[in-house]
Amino acid sequence: MPRRTDIKSILLIGSGPIVIGQACEFDYSGTQACKALKEEGYRVILINSNPATIMTDPELADRTYVEPITVEVVEKVIERERPDALLPTMGGQTALNTTMALVKRGTLEKYGVALIGASAEAIHKAEDREAFKHAMQRIGLRVPTSGTAHTREEAIKILEQTGFPSIIRPSFTMGGTGGNIAYNREEFEKLIDWALAMSPVSQVLIEESLIGWKEYELEVMRDLKDNVVIVCPIENLDPMGVHTGDSITVAPAMTLSDKEYQRMRDAAVRIMREIGVDTGGSNVQFGLDPKNGDMVVIEMNPRVSRSSALASKATGFPIAKIAAKLAVGYTLDEITNDITGVTKASFEPTIDYVVVKIPRFAFQKFRGADPTLTTQMKSVGEAMAIGRTFKESLQKAIRSLELNMNGLSSREGLDRGIPEGYDRLSALDRIRQHLRTPIAERLWHVADGIRMGLSNDDLFALTKIDPWFLEQIRELMDFEALLVRQETKKPALLEESLLWQAKEQGFSDDRIAELIGSTAASVRAQRTGAGQGKRRVTYKRVDTCAAEFEAHTPYLYSTYESECESRPTDKKKVIILGGGPNRIGQGIEFDYCCVHAAMALREEGIESIMVNCNPETVSTDYDISDRLYFEPLTEEDVLNIVEREQPLGVVLQFGGQTPLKLALPLSKAGVRILGTSPEAIDRAEDRERFRDLLNKLGLRQAESGMARSVDEALQIAGQITYPVMVRPSYVLGGRSMQIVYDESGLLEYMGSAVKASPKHPVLIDKYLSDAIEVDADAISDGTNVVVAGIMEHIEEAGVHSGDSACSLPPYSLDRSVVEEIRRQMKALALELGVIGLMNAQFAVKDSMIYVLEVNPRGSRTVPFVSKAIGVPLAKLAMKTMVGKSLPELGLSEAPEPTHLSVKESVFPFNKFPGVDVLLGPEMKSTGEVMGIDQDFGWAFAKSQAGAGAPLPKGGTAFISVKDSDRPAVLEVVQRLQQLGFTVQATSGTAEYLNSHGVETETVNKVREGRPHIVDHIKNGRVALVVNTVRTASSHADSLSIRREALNKGLAYYTTIRGARAAVMGIEAILKKELTIRSLQEYHHHP
Amino acid sequence: MKKALLALADGTVFEGRALGYEGETVGEVVFNTAMSGYQEVLTDPSYKGQIVTMTCPHIGNYGTTSEDAESRRIWAEGFIVKEASRLASNWRSRQQLQEYLHGAQIVGIEGLDTRALTRHLREHGSQQGLITHIDGDPSRAVAKAQAAPSIIGRDLAAAVTCKETYRWTEGTGEWTPSLGERIGVGTTRRWHVVAYDFGVKANILRRLVDVGCDVTVVPASATSMEVEALKPDGIFLSNGPGDPEGVPYAIEAMRQLIGRHPIFGICLGHQILGLAMGLDTYKLKFGHHGANHPVMDLRTRKVEITSQNHNFAVKVASSITAIPDRPPVVETSFGQVLVTHLSLNDHSVEGLASVDHPVFSVQYHPEASPGPHDSAYLFSAFIQLMEKQHA
Repeated sequence: MPRRTDIKSILLIGSGPIVIGQACEFDYSGTQACKALKEEGYRVILINSNPATIMTDPELADRTYVEPITVEVVEKVIERERPDALLPTMGGQTALNTTMALVKRGTLEKYGVALIGASAEAIHKAEDREAFKHAMQRIGLRVPTSGTAHTREEAIKILEQTGFPSIIRPSFTMGGTGGNIAYNREEFEKLIDWALAMSPVSQVLIEESLIGWKEYELEVMRDLKDNVVIVCPIENLDPMGVHTGDSITVAPAMTLSDKEYQRMRDAAVRIMREIGVDTGGSNVQFGLDPKNGDMVVIEMNPRVSRSSALASKATGFPIAKIAAKLAVGYTLDEITNDITGVTKASFEPTIDYVVVKIPRFAFQKFRGADPTLTTQMKSVGEAMAIGRTFKESLQKAIRSLELNMNGLSSREGLDRGIPEGYDRLSALDRIRQHLRTPIAERLWHVADGIRMGLSNDDLFALTKIDPWFLEQIRELMDFEALLVRQETKKPALLEESLLWQAKEQGFSDDRIAELIGSTAASVRAQRTGAGQGKRRVTYKRVDTCAAEFEAHTPYLYSTYESECESRPTDKKKVIILGGGPNRIGQGIEFDYCCVHAAMALREEGIESIMVNCNPETVSTDYDISDRLYFEPLTEEDVLNIVEREQPLGVVLQFGGQTPLKLALPLSKAGVRILGTSPEAIDRAEDRERFRDLLNKLGLRQAESGMARSVDEALQIAGQITYPVMVRPSYVLGGRSMQIVYDESGLLEYMGSAVKASPKHPVLIDKYLSDAIEVDADAISDGTNVVVAGIMEHIEEAGVHSGDSACSLPPYSLDRSVVEEIRRQMKALALELGVIGLMNAQFAVKDSMIYVLEVNPRGSRTVPFVSKAIGVPLAKLAMKTMVGKSLPELGLSEAPEPTHLSVKESVFPFNKFPGVDVLLGPEMKSTGEVMGIDQDFGWAFAKSQAGAGAPLPKGGTAFISVKDSDRPAVLEVVQRLQQLGFTVQATSGTAEYLNSHGVETETVNKVREGRPHIVDHIKNGRVALVVNTVRTASSHADSLSIRREALNKGLAYYTTIRGARAAVMGIEAILKKELTIRSLQEYHHHP
Repeated sequence: MKKALLALADGTVFEGRALGYEGETVGEVVFNTAMSGYQEVLTDPSYKGQIVTMTCPHIGNYGTTSEDAESRRIWAEGFIVKEASRLASNWRSRQQLQEYLHGAQIVGIEGLDTRALTRHLREHGSQQGLITHIDGDPSRAVAKAQAAPSIIGRDLAAAVTCKETYRWTEGTGEWTPSLGERIGVGTTRRWHVVAYDFGVKANILRRLVDVGCDVTVVPASATSMEVEALKPDGIFLSNGPGDPEGVPYAIEAMRQLIGRHPIFGICLGHQILGLAMGLDTYKLKFGHHGANHPVMDLRTRKVEITSQNHNFAVKVASSITAIPDRPPVVETSFGQVLVTHLSLNDHSVEGLASVDHPVFSVQYHPEASPGPHDSAYLFSAFIQLMEKQHA
C-alpha cells in the first residue's frame, strides 16, 4: 500500500520538558518522525515546549510551536493550522494523555482531525489498568492478581487477595510516579495514602508481587496489513520489582530458550492485535517465574518509548522512523532497511553482539530521597555499551557511566585481594544487606560478594539476579584475581596473552593497571607499541543482520577481535565528542549542540565522526553523522578512535563537562583540539589564573578565598563578611554548595558536610544577596565576537543558573548594564582567544557587575538562545572551528528580537517524596521549557504552564515569607489583591500585611493546630503559594506546605523575584487572550 | 585452555579454543543467525554434513534438555561459537552445553571471531572446513578441509532417515503455537498422513499431530507402492540435509504420487517436489539459516517471519528480481504451478502450489523450532487440502 494521499498535514505532539521517565528519547523519536513525514511530502506541524530539542529546530517541521503542551494550547494550534491528522505516539505519555484529553473534549471531531498510529480505543485499552487486564484475560494471558481502589479501605480489602509484598501503582501517572512496594501493613497504609494523592483520579492499582521474577521487554512493530515483527527481546538483569528504566538491561535476551521466547513472542503479537494498535511500535513487558517458566503480562505501551529508543540503538532498526511511515499507510515490506540497502523493514533484527544499558542516578542531589529502587523510576539518565560478549559490554557500560569507576571496583577495598585484619564477618553482613535491597550500586556489591566467597546460590537467594549473569560477573572476578597475581611475577608488564584476554573481556587500561600495580599509560604503551603483532582494537558494525548482508552505514563499536570493519576514509574529518549519559547539569542541551556540529560539518563538506554512549539521544542516530562510534567517552576509548581515524581534530566544546575533562589528556597525547585551546580552557577553569585574567581586564569578581582548614575558613569568611557561598574545590555542578549566613553555619558546614584539607580545599565566595544573576552566551571566531544572548535570571543569584528561570532579553535590567555585560563578554572572549562558544555568568548588585564564572564551551542555554533569536549558534560555532569567520557566516551582530522568551526549569521533586523543593546553589532540575510571547507576562505565564504549574487567574494566594522579605512581598500582595485574589498568611506575615493595609486572613501553621495551611491546600482552597525561608534546615516545618503545593500541581514560588514575575504573568493572562505563534513566524522563515 | 583451529578450503584459518569432544571434524561450514534455539539447530538432521557457526555470541546459556531435541541425536558435524557458557541457567535445563557436546562426541571451537568468519562465508560462499583440536599445523588443516567431500550431489538423506516405518503420536503439548486467528483447525476427523523422513524434525511431526493427523513415518527410500499400501489421506515430505538431486529415488516416487494424494512438502521435501515436477534446483552461495527470514505470501500479500535452513533452492524459468503483483505461474510437466511465496531478502522461491493437483510446499520451516510461529497456519492448510480432497 502506498502512503495515504487523503491527508496532507499532520500534527505531532512532543513530550515537553525532560523529566525522570521521559527524557531525550522522545526528541530522538520525534525528530525521526518529523524527518520521515517531511520526506514523504506531508506538511508537519509540531508542538513541543522544550527548546533544547532537535525536533523543534525550525527546519524540521513546517510549523513549530514552542508552546506549553496543554489541551487549550494544542486546540488553538489545531484551530489555527487545521491538520488532517494527529500522530500521538511519538511524544511519550505527555502526547498520549494530551491526545486522550483532546478526544474527550471533542476537539478532534470538531476539526475533523484523524488519529493515526493508534486509535483512542486502543490507547484506552492499553493505558487503563482495568481495561488492559480484561483484554489480557480475553486472549488467555495471565496478568498479576490485582484490584483497583479509590480509598484506603478498598485498598485493604484488595490486599487480602494479593498479599505482601504489595505492589502499588497509581493510575494515570508517568514513569510509575507514586508507585511503591509495601512489605507490611503499616507501610502499606502510608504508601496507599501517598499513591492516592499522586493519582489525579485518586485511583490506585494494588497488585500481587512478582518480585524476583525475571523481566523481559519486547519491542513490537505492526503495520496496517497486520504484519507484526519483534525488533528485539530485552532482558532485565535486575528482576521484577525494579522499574525497567532503573534496571540494567541486556539485549538480546540471554537466558530464554527458544520455546520460552517464542511463547513470549506469540503473546506479544496477540496483545498487539487485541489492543488494536493499528501501526507503529509498542513495548510489551513480561514477567517470568524462574522456577517454572510461568509467564505474566506486566504492561504494554502503545507508543514509542525509552525502550524502543534503546532497541533502535541496540539493533540499528529505526523504530520511530518506521513507525511514522507505517502511520501514513506504508507496510513493513515497502520500507527499505537503510543499513543493508537491499533488505526490507519487514524482518526481525538479529544481533551478533551484546548490548548493556546501565542507568545513572542522582540521589546525592536530593537529600532525604529514598535510594531504594522500586517500581517508580528514579534514574536521570543511562549509558549503553556494545561489546561482543556480555562481559565486555558490561565493563564498557560501567565506564560509560562516568562515575569514576573504570570497572567493577570494590566498594570494600578488596580490589587487590582481602587485606590483612579485615573483618570478614561484618563485611559479609554489610554486603548481604546491600544485596537484599535493590539499590543503584548493587552490581558492585555483587562483585564484592563474589570476592568474599559467596556462591551463586547465595547471591541468587539475596538478589534473584539470574545465575547466568552472576556467573559472568564471577568470571570477571576470577580474571581480576588472576591479574592481581601477575603483579608479583612480572611488575608493570603483562604477559601478552593475558593482556589480550583482559581486553577481550572489556577491561580498561586503567583497571588493568590498578590490578597489576601499573599505570594506564604503560598498559596502553604495551598494547599499542611495536611487537604486538597484528593485534589492535577492532571495530565492528551494527548491521541488524549479524553480517548476513553488507552494512552500508558506519555505525561502529569497539572490541578486541581479528577483523576490523571501520574502513576509515581519507576525507577531511572531525571527531565530535558527545555528552555521555544524561545527568542533572548535563542533558539534552549538549546533545543538541553535538547534532548541530555534525550538521555544520556536513554543510562544510567535512566528514563528521560522532562518539557518544547515550542511547536516548539524536546524536547516536546513525544518520546524523557520517560515522558513529557508540563508545564510552574515556581517554582510552577516544584515543583509540583518534588513532584509527586520524581526524583533523577533535571538538570538545559541545558535549558539556564530559569531553572538556579530556582536553588535557588528549592534547598531551598530541591530538589537535579544535576551537578554543586547552590552554584557554585551563585559564578559565583554574581559580588563580582566572582571577589574574579578570584583574588584567579590570573586571570585578566577588571577594573570595580558599580554605585548607576550619580556622582558615573562619578567617576568610570573617574578612569578606557573611553571607558566603561555600563549596569543595573538587566537585562540579554545584555539588555540596551552600550559602552560609554566620559563623555557626560555617562551622556546621566545615564539620559535617565537607572536610577541608590541604588536598581538598574549600572555596569561600562572598554571597551577593539579592543580586540579579545574568547568563550570557557568545560566539567568537578569534577576532570577532558576537554576544548572542543575555538572559536575566528570574530567581536571584544563589540559585543555580540551571535551576533559575530566565528571560531573553532582560526584563528589568537597565540598558546600560546590559551593554556593559556585552562589553565584558567581548573582552573575555577575545582575551581567552575563544573560537566557538563561550558562556559566562554575572551577578548585578546595585548596578555593579560581578563576573561569577566563564565557561569556554557550549552551554546549557545555547539551544534556548538559538530558538529565541533564530540563529543556530552551535552550527555557526562549529564552522568557526574549521576556519570560517563570523562575517563569512553572515553574523555580525545578534538579532534583537521584539518578542520575549522565558526559560523555566523543571524539577523531579515529585519522584522523591519528602525532599524539599527549595532552590539553591546545587542544581536539581532535569529539564526546561520555553515560553515565547510579545510581552514578558505572557511569556512567563506560558513557561509556567509548560512546566506543569499554570498560573491561576484568581482564588486564594497563600503567603509565608522570611522576615527580611516582608517589605518586598508587600507590593506583590497588593497587586495580587488588586487582581482579585484573596490573601492568606501565617500569623507573622499576616500581621505585617494587615498592618500595612492589606487585608489578610490568618491561617494556622502546621504545628498550630487544625485546620492548618496544608489542610487548605489539600482541600483545593489555595491557588498560589509564595513561601520563602532563610535556609532549608531552619524551616523544616514549612516543608509540608511546599510538598503539598507540589503534589497539587499549584503554582508556588520560593523567591520574591519569582513571585513578582508570577504577578506580571497573572496580570498578562487576565488582560489578554492566549495567542500562539510558530517559530517560523517569529523568525520569518518561509 | 586447549587451542583449536578452524581451516577453510580456501586457505583461511582461524584460531580458537577447543570446545566439546577432542578430535577433528570436517563438513561444509555454514552460519546460522538465530539468537535462540542452538539445541534445535544441532539436532536438526538437515545439518548433516555441515559445521554450524552460530552468529549469536553467547551459546549454551540456558543449557540443553531432551525436550528441545529435534531428533534422536546431534547431526551437525561440528559447532562454532564465540563463547560457550560454562553455566546453564534455566529451569528446563538438564545438561550443560559442553557436556552435551562431549557426550555426543561433537568437535567444536570457540573464542574465534565468528563475525569475521560469517563475513568471509558471506563473501566467499560456504565451503568445506575442518575443526581440529589435535593438529596445530595450519597448512595441513587446510589440506584436510580441501579433501573433505562436498555436499553437492550427495545422498545425505540416506544417512539420517529412519530405518523402519513407525507411528508418531506426540503433539507439541504446552508449547503449541498460539498466535490467535490465523491458526485453527476446522476438522472433524483425524487424517492419516504418511510422512517421508528425509531427516524429519520432530516438531513437524508434533505439529501434524496437533492439527489432527495420525502420522506414519516412512524411510526416505519408501516406494510409491509401499506408501499406497498404507492407505494415506495425505502425504508429507520432510526437510532433510544436502542436495535434493542426491535423492533421485524420492523424486521418482513423487512422480508416481503427485495427483493421487494431497501432498505437503517442507524444505528438502519442497525441493524434491520441484524436481519431480520438472523444475530445477541450484545451490545458494551461503544458504539461508536463521529465524528472521521474511517471506511474502503472494496470495495474501502478508509477510511471515520464518525459520529457514537450506542450501539449495528451486529455480523457476525466468528469475524473479522483484516482488510481483500476483503469484507467477510456471508451466511444469504436472501442469501449472504457482509460486506462492517469495523471500523478501533475495526473491528466491519460498513456496509452490500446484494449480492442477492437491500439492503445495514451502522452502522454509512452518514448524519453527527454533523460530517464530508465523507460518503455523500451513499445517492447517494441509488439513484443509485433505478435507477438500476427501469431501
